[in-house]
Amino acid sequence: MFKKISLAAVTFAFSATTALAANNITWWHGMAGRNGEVINEVAQKFNASQSACALTPVSKGTYEEALASGIAAFRSGEQPNILQVFDAGAATIINAKGAVIPAEDLITKAGYSFDRGAFIDGVRYFYADSEGKFVGMPFNSSAPIMYINDEALKKAGVEAPKTWEEFEAIAPKLKEAGYIPLVQSQLTWQFTENFFSRNNIQFATNNNGYDSVVDTKLKVTDPNLQMMFEKLKTWKDEGYFAFYGAGWNDNQKVFEEGKAAFWVGSSGSFGGLQKTAKMPFSATFLPYWGSIKGAGTNSFIGGAALFAMSGKSDEENKCVADFFQFLTSPEIQYFYHKATGYVAITKAAYELAQKDGYYKEKPVAEVGIKQLLLPAGEWSKGYRLGFYPQIREIMEREYGRIFSGETTVKDAFETIEKEGNELLARFAKTAG
Amino acid sequence: MTAGTDLLPAPRGGTGTKTGRRRSSALRLFGTERSGETTVKRVQFSSPFLPYLFLAPQLAIIFVFFYWPSAQAIHSSFYLEDPFGFVSTFVGLSNYADVLKSTEYLGIARFTAIFTFLVTFFALSIGLLLAVKADGVIRGNAAYKTLLIWVYAIAPPVAGLMGMMFFDQHIGPIVKLAAWFGWDIKVGLDYFDTAFAMIVVSVWKQIPYNFIFFLSGLQGIPASVREAAALDCRSGLRRFWTVVLPLLAPTAFFLLIINVTYALFDTFGVIDVTVKDKAANNPITLVYKVYMDGFRGNDLGGSSAQSVILMIIVLLLTIFQFRFIERRVHYN
Repeated sequence: MFKKISLAAVTFAFSATTALAANNITWWHGMAGRNGEVINEVAQKFNASQSACALTPVSKGTYEEALASGIAAFRSGEQPNILQVFDAGAATIINAKGAVIPAEDLITKAGYSFDRGAFIDGVRYFYADSEGKFVGMPFNSSAPIMYINDEALKKAGVEAPKTWEEFEAIAPKLKEAGYIPLVQSQLTWQFTENFFSRNNIQFATNNNGYDSVVDTKLKVTDPNLQMMFEKLKTWKDEGYFAFYGAGWNDNQKVFEEGKAAFWVGSSGSFGGLQKTAKMPFSATFLPYWGSIKGAGTNSFIGGAALFAMSGKSDEENKCVADFFQFLTSPEIQYFYHKATGYVAITKAAYELAQKDGYYKEKPVAEVGIKQLLLPAGEWSKGYRLGFYPQIREIMEREYGRIFSGETTVKDAFETIEKEGNELLARFAKTAG
Repeated sequence: MTAGTDLLPAPRGGTGTKTGRRRSSALRLFGTERSGETTVKRVQFSSPFLPYLFLAPQLAIIFVFFYWPSAQAIHSSFYLEDPFGFVSTFVGLSNYADVLKSTEYLGIARFTAIFTFLVTFFALSIGLLLAVKADGVIRGNAAYKTLLIWVYAIAPPVAGLMGMMFFDQHIGPIVKLAAWFGWDIKVGLDYFDTAFAMIVVSVWKQIPYNFIFFLSGLQGIPASVREAAALDCRSGLRRFWTVVLPLLAPTAFFLLIINVTYALFDTFGVIDVTVKDKAANNPITLVYKVYMDGFRGNDLGGSSAQSVILMIIVLLLTIFQFRFIERRVHYN
């Protein structure tokens, strides 16, 4: 089937450019549904904008499946030109020296100038090396933000909180008004990784893992993080917080139905939520702790980046560089931002959206970018940790146990740190 | 040279009649009448290489899809490798040691054992019960059988999805039903509730398969034997235990193996749908763990070691089944 489609695409590309033989490049991604369609539209726009290159996007299923098939293809020499890799898989691909050509090198080699400063702050470091050189090209970027059920707040007569202390103060009123005060959809990304960045606390040794894989250790027994989860547990017992397991949608559903007052979701949820929410809603930043000194820094991006795989001809690499250049143009960024709800990654695109009056019409769409644009702190740029998808699985397991009462917060984080560090040590050996 | 139906040299004795009997009884279920007796003929090939030529395609398939990957898995279980295959270090048995030392892994192994036992037990016993009852139905039995067999045509992930709709935290009818009795089912949140849902859906999916085989097995029991038994003994239950069940033993034994492998491996789709991509603190089986570490975690060495352990388990199970259980089964 896939062969047939790509064959059709190839024939089409050839017939469209009769004089020039186009260079065909492929792009494997992990997006489905509407977001997958938007990728096809972006590729069509690129193919229509020039004639030297023909880009074919191929959906490989989920993020995990895209990475797994990209790796398998690389090992058998059949890798695509561009592979989309999600945040938790960043260390896997960036530490595999020689698997990818850093995006920045690729673009400068193709004769374009590359300005790191053109990208908004929260986007700049996550897929870069420790010197700040872009290895992956940020593509679909999102921030964890807090959605607000406007009706609930009106009924309870309260304002949206900036800090968790403020939330704690208004939670009883929301409960009295008949709402679940708080739900969330991903404890790992929203209450762990971004807890460290919003509160400006170190996540792991070796500069959160950016400097080296050797001897990198998690610092999840941090007393502040434990305090956050002790609070969540207390809130759950008191009826201020509800937890429906590790599945994203099970938790989101309660908010969509208007039963919850606040939901911590993704800025990328905005597009879908507009269709599914049964009540008027707005959004604000992910809260931080006022009691933690230096807290309130920006969050880092979630989502995924595009990586140029190595082992391809110069002509094809030039095409990939052309495409990256095309992708970061303000018009395409703005189109993608509007079509999906993912944030614009360059300052120019953000300004274009502002000038166009998009945020006057849809203020929620701006919350994610604004949060990424908050002042950065020493520890707000994210992490670079090997075998991180598995470390997340350990966290999900232990967090589930905390809320089902099978373990204590303290024991849970000790287990995460111990098992996580074993995985990091294993990863250091593979990268050896 | 060969006037019979079998091209391959038919083995003499028990096995020949065994397959003959099973096939004929399966055919009878679907209305084809065929003599129960299979004549065994010795087939001669003109060249000694000819049989191997006939076997070659099958052997090639087994080699490509089984022996070659197995050898690869065994090889990479001794190495620690980065996902892209740049660096590969020989680590001896340390991947195995890491796996077997992990309390998490042992917990998953324990769950897998319990899960396999329960799924096999309930799928077999309910399948048998339904088959016995269906065998007794005279009027409208075709419609009754079709309804029971129907479920088998559903692909496992679809069955899993349907099953999980029944257990959905927000809209599941079973959840609402259980809430009436004061049981707050939380699939995906509570370990035991999730395990319960997984077992129910896995059993439900497998019952029709067992039903088909048990029913055809029952219909393969000669009417003369049943009549003779009915003359000797009035108790239907006793006749079932002493006459019918022993005659069903070959079918039951075959199904036991199939069901154990089903519970160990083929329930993957059901589990994947149940945990919705996030295992968290939910129960999973060993196969799912291999998938998680290998395909999602990109730890090739570790997951290879796990799959070799699984291979050994299956090997031991097969030896055990054929050495100790099949001895008690008599085919005539």
